[in-house]
This record gives sequence, C-alpha cells and structure tokens, in this order.
Amino acid sequence: MSYIIQGESGDWEVVVGLEVHAQATTNSKLFSGAPTTFGAKPNENVSLVDAAMPGMLPVINEMAIEQAVRTGLGLRAKINRTSVFERKNYFYADLPQGYQISQYLHPIVGEGVVTLDLADGSTRDVGIERLHLEQDAGKSLHDQDPKRSMIDLNRAGVVLMEIVSKPDIRTPEEAGAYLKKLRAILRYLGTCDGNMEEGSMRADVNVSVRPVGASELRTRVEVKNVNSVRFVMQAIEVEAERQVTVWEDGGEVRQETRLFDPNRGETRAMRSKEFAHDYRYFPDPDLLPVKLEEDFITRIQASLPELPDEKKDRFIADLGLSAYDAGVLVADRETAAYFEAAADGHDAKQVANWLTTNLFGALNKMGLDIAESPVSAQHLGELVGLMEDGTISGKIAKDVFGIMLETSKAPGVIVEEQGLKQITDTGAIEAIVDQVITDNPDQADNVRAGNDKAIGWFVGQVMKASGGKANPGQVNQLLKQKLLG
Amino acid sequence: MSLSTDDVRKIAFLARIRVPEERLEPLAGELNNIVGWVEQLAEVDTTGVQPMTSVVETVTPMRADVVNDGAISDRVLANAPDGEGAFYAVPKVVE
Amino acid sequence: MSDLRDWTIASAADALVKGDVSSVELTDAFITAMEAGRTLNAFITETPEIARDRATKSDARRKAGEARGPMDGVPIGMKDLFCTEGTRTTAGSHILENFVPAYESTVSGNLRDAGAVMLGKTNLDEFAMGSANITSYFGSVKNPWTPKGANANLVPGGSSGGSVAAISGGLVIAATGTDTGGSIRQPASFTGLVGMKPTYGRCSRWGVVAFASSLDQPGPLTRTVEDAAIMLQAMAGHDPKDSTSLPMALPDFRAACTRDAKGLRVGIPKEYTLDGMPADIQKLWDQGAQWFRDMGAEIVEVSLPHTKYALPTYYIVAPAEASSNLARYDGVRYGLRVPGSSLDEMYELTRGEGFGTEVQRRVLIGTYVLSAGYYDAYYVKAQQVRTLIAEDFRKVFADVDVLLTPTAPSAAFAEGEKMDDPIAMYLNDVFTVPASLAGLPAISVPGGLDANGLPLGLQLIAGVCQEETLFRAASALEAAAGFTARPGPVAGTAL
Ligand SMILES: [Mg+2]
Ligand SMILES: [Zn+2]
Repeated sequence: MSYIIQGESGDWEVVVGLEVHAQATTNSKLFSGAPTTFGAKPNENVSLVDAAMPGMLPVINEMAIEQAVRTGLGLRAKINRTSVFERKNYFYADLPQGYQISQYLHPIVGEGVVTLDLADGSTRDVGIERLHLEQDAGKSLHDQDPKRSMIDLNRAGVVLMEIVSKPDIRTPEEAGAYLKKLRAILRYLGTCDGNMEEGSMRADVNVSVRPVGASELRTRVEVKNVNSVRFVMQAIEVEAERQVTVWEDGGEVRQETRLFDPNRGETRAMRSKEFAHDYRYFPDPDLLPVKLEEDFITRIQASLPELPDEKKDRFIADLGLSAYDAGVLVADRETAAYFEAAADGHDAKQVANWLTTNLFGALNKMGLDIAESPVSAQHLGELVGLMEDGTISGKIAKDVFGIMLETSKAPGVIVEEQGLKQITDTGAIEAIVDQVITDNPDQADNVRAGNDKAIGWFVGQVMKASGGKANPGQVNQLLKQKLLG
Repeated sequence: MSLSTDDVRKIAFLARIRVPEERLEPLAGELNNIVGWVEQLAEVDTTGVQPMTSVVETVTPMRADVVNDGAISDRVLANAPDGEGAFYAVPKVVE
Repeated sequence: MSDLRDWTIASAADALVKGDVSSVELTDAFITAMEAGRTLNAFITETPEIARDRATKSDARRKAGEARGPMDGVPIGMKDLFCTEGTRTTAGSHILENFVPAYESTVSGNLRDAGAVMLGKTNLDEFAMGSANITSYFGSVKNPWTPKGANANLVPGGSSGGSVAAISGGLVIAATGTDTGGSIRQPASFTGLVGMKPTYGRCSRWGVVAFASSLDQPGPLTRTVEDAAIMLQAMAGHDPKDSTSLPMALPDFRAACTRDAKGLRVGIPKEYTLDGMPADIQKLWDQGAQWFRDMGAEIVEVSLPHTKYALPTYYIVAPAEASSNLARYDGVRYGLRVPGSSLDEMYELTRGEGFGTEVQRRVLIGTYVLSAGYYDAYYVKAQQVRTLIAEDFRKVFADVDVLLTPTAPSAAFAEGEKMDDPIAMYLNDVFTVPASLAGLPAISVPGGLDANGLPLGLQLIAGVCQEETLFRAASALEAAAGFTARPGPVAGTAL
C-alpha cells in the first residue's frame, strides 16, 4: 500500500511521525488534588497549585506514574527506572507557571512498538520513540470578546502521556491505523479513554516529503492538535501536497508549526509560534528524580489485560477465525468482550459471522454502538445454538433475530411464543405432504411422468403450508417416496 | 564569551522584560561582568562528576490519586487584574 | 522591664507562664514600639489587629490551661516572603504590591498554631535577592546600629533585613527569615543577633515565595541561640505538600543547647581565609577558636578545596532557578498588570515595571545561562561543581563535628557602598553560600564588636541533619562570647 505523490519532477513519498498527547485516566491532576472531570464550570477544577500562586509546590500523583508504566508495558517498551521531571520554560496565557513540568532527557518510558492492522489483513510495525509524562495547559477562548482572550485553567495540570512515534509512517492510512491501534491499546489498558472529541487524545503530526528512493529526511513541519483520525489523514494529504509544491517550485519548506483547518481543508502557519522558542529545560528543583522499584513494575506487568494483538492471535489459532474477522473483532475492547461472551459454548465462526454481518449492520442503521445493542451477547449465542441443534433453520433464525432487535427478547422465548420450532415429526410432515399431493393431482402426474424437477415445486408448497417450519430434508425425502415410489 | 546588546535584547524578550533601548548597552556591560566572573568555573575539572539533583538524599514522595482540592474559583480568581465571569482575561491572542 | 530588648522568647515564655505579664500587655508594648520604630522601615505591612486578636486568644488559652508551649503569646515579625492568608504578601516587590494570599504558608501556619503573635510583615530585598536590603520596592531598611562617632546610615544586611532591624531595634522579640545564600546569617551578623539556617528540607517551603528552590530555606532570627532552637522547633517539620521536605521526626533542639563544647572537634577551613579580610574579623575568628579550645574542644585545620568556586556556582544556579520561578509573575492571575496591546507587550511592560533592577539582572542572567548553547557550559557545570562542594563537606564531616568560620567578610556597611558593583555586593555571601549549596545547617552567633563598635558574627556549620550538634556548639560559643552590646534604643520602645 505505498502512497505516492506524483509531482512534475517525479514521484514523492511522505514521511510521518506522530506525537500523541493522551490524557492519562486519573481522578486528580499530575501535581495537585484538583479533579480532572470534563465539562466543569470555568476555573472550577483548579487548585492554588494549578493557578501557580506564589509559593505553591507540586507533589506527584502516583497513579500518573502507574498509568505511564502500564502504558509503556502495553507498548512493549523499555521502562526507565529513573526519570526526571524538567521545566519547559515559555510564556503563554494558559500556562500559569510560565513553564510546563514535563520530562525531557530522562522520560519514564523508552522505545517500544505498535503493530498496525491494515485493511488487507496484513500488519506493519511502527516504532515508539518514547513516552513521557507532562502537565496539560489551560484553555484560551478567543471568540468570547473582541479585544480579549478568556483563560480557563481547568485542564491546567491534567496528566498527559506524550507518546512519540518514530518516523515510520508512510501513508495517511497507516497514520489512521496507528491512531486507531494506539487508542485500542490505551482503552484495553484503561490508561486513557481515547476520546478525541473531549480532547483526551490529541495528535501532532510531523510531516515531511522526499523523492521516492531518497534516504535523507527533509525539513519536517509539525501540524498541531489534529483532533480526529479522519483529520489526521486529511492533514497529512494536504500538507504533503503543499510541501511537494514548495520543493518543486524551487522553494524551501520552513521548519514550522502549522494548524490544520478542517473547514478549508488546508494547513496554515501558527502566528503564536512565529518566534523560535528556547525552552531552557532544566530539572525541576521542586521535585526529586522518580525512581521505580522492580516489584512496582512487575506488579503492574502482572495486572495487564490480554491486549488486542494477543487476542487476535488467539482468535485465529484457537477459534479458527480469519485474520480479517479477528482483526475486526479485537479492534475495540467492548466488541471483543461481546464476541467472547456470545461465542462461549457455541460455534465461534458462526457467531463471528452473525456479529460482523447481521449485528454490526443493524447497529449501524440504528446508530448504536455495541454497548447499547438491544441484542445481548448471551442471546446472540443462544440464537446460534438454536440453529446448531436444529431447533430452527437459518431462515427462521433471521426472522427471530429481527424480533430480537425490536424486543430484546431471548430467541428461545420468541421461538416458543411464535411457535417457530422446526417440525421434525415425520407423521405431521407426511400429513401435509399427502394433503398437498391430493390438492394438486395434475402436478403429481406430471412428476410421476418423469419430470422430477417439478418436485422442487412441491417442496416449496409443503414448506409454505408448514409456515417454513417443516424440516426441508424430510419433506424432500417423503415427496420422493410418495411420488416416485 | 561576551554578550552584545543584541543578545541582551533577545534574552530580555525570552524573559519577557521590557528593557529601554538606552539600557541595553550598560546592561550588556553588567551582565558581561557577571558572566565573565562566573566563567572561572571552567578551570574546575568536572569530568565524570554527576550534576547535583538534590542536596539531601530522600525518595520522591507521591500522592494517592484522590480529589481533595479544586472548587475554590473565588480564591483562585480573587487577585485577578482582569477577568470576565469565572475567566481570567488577557489581551486578545491570535493563534 | 526597662528595655523591650531585654525580652527573649525564653524569658517571655517564663513571664507568661508565671503570669508576670500577659500576651496582650506584651503585644501592646511591642505594637507601640513597632509604630515608634517606623524610621527603621522594618515593616512593609503592620498587623496590629491580628496581633491583638492572637494575643487575646493566647491569654484565654493560658487561663483555660491550654497554653501551647514557649511560642504561645510571643510577639514576632514575619518576613514578607511567607504567604499569610488575608494579609498582603509582597516579597518586597512592586509586582506583588497588592497581592493578598488566600492561603497561609506552612511555616507561618506552624508558628500561628504554636500561639506566636504576628506583629507584621517585615521588609526584605525584592524576592530576597540582595545582601543589604536596599532592593526592596518599599524602601531600604535602616540598621539600628551606627558606627562609633559617626551617624551614617548602615544597611542591616539582607535579604532578611527588616526582620533583624525589627529585633535589634526592639520592635519584636524574634522574627522569621529565609536563607538562600546567607539571607538569615549575614543580616544576623550585621545586627548582633542569632540567625539559623536549618538543613535544607527541615522547614517547608510551601507558601514561601520562591527565589531559588534548591537553596531556599526558612529559619529563625532571634537574640539567643536557645530562642533559635525554640523557634525552629515550632517552624520545622515534615510537610507532605513540599516534595523536598525531610520526612523525619524533629529532635529536641532546645535540649541540645547544652553550652558544653568539651570533646567537640571544631574544624577551621583554611580556604575561608581571604586576603584583604578586615583584621577585626580574622581576630574574632581566632578568638572563637581559642574560646572553643578553652572549653575543651579540639581545633582541627581542615580543607574545603572548592570553596572559592562556591560563589560563582551560586550565581549560576540561583539566578537560573529564579528566572523560572519568577515567570509566574506575568500579570494574568494576580499582581501588577501593565496593559499592553498584545499579550507579549503586556508581559514585557508588566515585568519591566514590576521587577526592580537587581531582580531583572538576575532573571536575565538566569535566562542566559539556561539558554540553548550555554546550558551545559554554565548550568550543568555549576551543578557539577556543586556536587564537588558537597563532597568536600562530606569528607570533612567524617572528621570534625562542626566548622567555625566568620559569617561575613565585613561588618555592616553604609548605604550606597558596593551598590555600583554587583559582584562586590555578592561577595558579602562568600562565607555563607557554600553551606547553602550543600544544604547544610549553619548558624551565625554574635562574637563581638569591630573597631567601629559594630557587631560581627561567627558562623558554625554542621553536617546534614546535625542541628543538635550545631546548637550544642552554638550555645557554647554564645556563652563564651558573652555578647551583650546593643545599638542605641529606638525612641519610644520601653515597657
Ligand atoms: Mg511535543
Ligand atoms: Zn507535549
């Protein structure tokens, strides 16, 4: 799946690295006891520490450290026994301290890897450079007043995990797959809710282009705060196009920070970032280096859930699912859990089929996600069970499923109520068969005369008369006996 | 290494301190005196010496993840030079 | 009582226990003195109402048999670097001129809870940056001491200049100070008082306006060593809100003041002998060593090879941390704001007008030494040298119990001196900075007078968390020196 931009001078490839800011799931902030809840009144989730009042001091939230380590382990990354919080110094209206407490030379997590599941069922590894902890900044609102910007510090000090990928991404699709997979891993781990709309996951995209075959990297541009998977893919496309044009017009791509404008579908340079920053990092003298004990790490390691990659392998190996179906089912934690509950004790492939074709389709129409499904996992499993033991035919099962979607009733109950149980009692079927034959003497003669294709017509009639409940196999057999002897 | 008035102008902007044009020259002089004086550290051999991180060896204390602060916007905003409702206000920022 | 300057924490505590005086009587007398002593400019904000209220409550507690110990009911001054809830806290700066904290610093809170009566917020160098208390936006502080036969105005030392002027002028019985490079010890030496800087981390920095986080340490300023021990006991203790606070129980500091130096090993660091050091100071230093010998202590010459690099190291580390610590004064959430057409202009005008010359100078130096291309050459280098300096001390304290040095290279000097040359001013701290860089406990004890009749202090330094040894040696030195001299009284200060 290579992604090539045709320019006048020739073909260009795009080189992408992603910096994802993921809000670590914690009750309180990184260095204060203020809450991290979304949607509070302005400056409600703010402590004197968050507002950087004179003499206020930071104290590390141990859950932030734990979540970072858990995420690092989930990314199969190196956990650094010693990490250091440093001050990143710059002035901005929503940065109360005049510096952001972040990690620089000594991040808490080192190199790791994320495995992408691509559309064609193949996989590709993207390297993780590092993960470090840092404070989020506050929020500036620019549209409230013609002359002033309004500052809300509710987010100031919220725990962020900055996850930096290596420049291993070569296509917008891979960027999308990377974000989806990273989000899935974070959700499986319970270290970030991955909610891009609420800003708990934001991506900065580093984009550069180079002629196909070239090995050296060209100037990269950082596109800031792209807040959806779709926009990330768009931003890469338009920014890459822009850079190719700049190079081919004999220009130089400037190292700069740009903003993606989804409405205009273009990127533009950020005014507030015009001046080159000199962040003057140095270890925060209010905090001591973070030292991790071996047993702290092993305890977290032991508590890790089964992650998407492991689950996928197990689904393929133990349940015999296709790589594609397995990939689809593990993509999100809830779906995987639903599938495993439904498949418990039933034909996993059948369940997978019903899930990916019938249920997903229905949920899409209803605009519901798996958690809101009117059909419970147990009921879907039960439905497959009724087909397995011949209680109903596949055709009836579809009708039952339709009723389940409307009523959320158990399939067994529905089959009972509507008397949809398959008729297997030969006597009963024989009665219907005899009736149909006597009602259609000419057709019967026609068959007896050797035109056995007409048997099919009789089968249809019998099934119809039985309301679809007669066992088709038995019907066929009886008709042959009766008409052809 | 000696600072030019232009260096001082850059540093002053980094520190967001307005220095009147006529002060740049003398200030460069003062800063150069101090910088020149501290540069005597160059003569100390520090190969393999760990930079000091904390004067007293103790382990990093950590907080339990409990919410025990916030909901004090009145105290947070009490000294604000300019504001609107529960917001702080600053001159318009263009991003 | 004829002279308010006869009061010590210990004597006041006794009188209060015996009922010879009430906290309200004591407090009213000192409020009168405080008002009479305004010529010293020792206070930025006077808080007589708070004082009377706390004194009344203290007397009530005592009547109910619920007195809280030796600080209960004792009038003190609070350096205006400690945030005090509901009482404006300025750090001596225009930028915080009208800042009223909604919180109480841990140390001032501890003292309040011990029953201490705050008379007011004492003057200081702006953001504690200075050694003469001449950089305060609220004006310089006058040293109550005057040189023999002259009536020049002397500086009280700094940065805790208001605190020492208030004590030596008889406006308070004791006061808090903070020490980053000598801001407690040097002013104590300039005013014939005891100034003690505990081990870094003994007193919480929470709620103390930060200058240089890795160096700042609160401590007591008092008339006697015993008072310093009593007051430190009330100020210090582990604080979970300060990540650098020492998680250790406190020893009984007062009990350590045994005045017994027998068997102590007292080190004399040879590198502290400066050429051109005033003869009086060398003389007092030798005298101090002799006193210890006479008390049965052992004098050992020791070497701290990196001493001469302490001051330049300090003038990289402290400004670097300060440049970052003072970034929060941006006119957005509190403090002075000078309007600007853009955010950056507002920042620049606010900080250009809000910060004084010395603060600006240090913020710029700090910004420079941290900036791209210079960080390793200056900041990292300085922190490495700092490690070597701490190593020097560690080695020496394997051999000796305490170190004896002069506190300052000169007695109090006249206002206007050394002002044109920052480095000459910085040299005031040449003897106090090394212990600060190593986080060691140190104390200045008045030793005698120089030829001009001005007080001179001797400094004792002990190993990390060795405050008990320090108080033991200091109480002995104090007894031997028997320093009783006082400046002429400030008019209207008698009870
Ligand atoms: Mg980044
Ligand atoms: Zn970041």
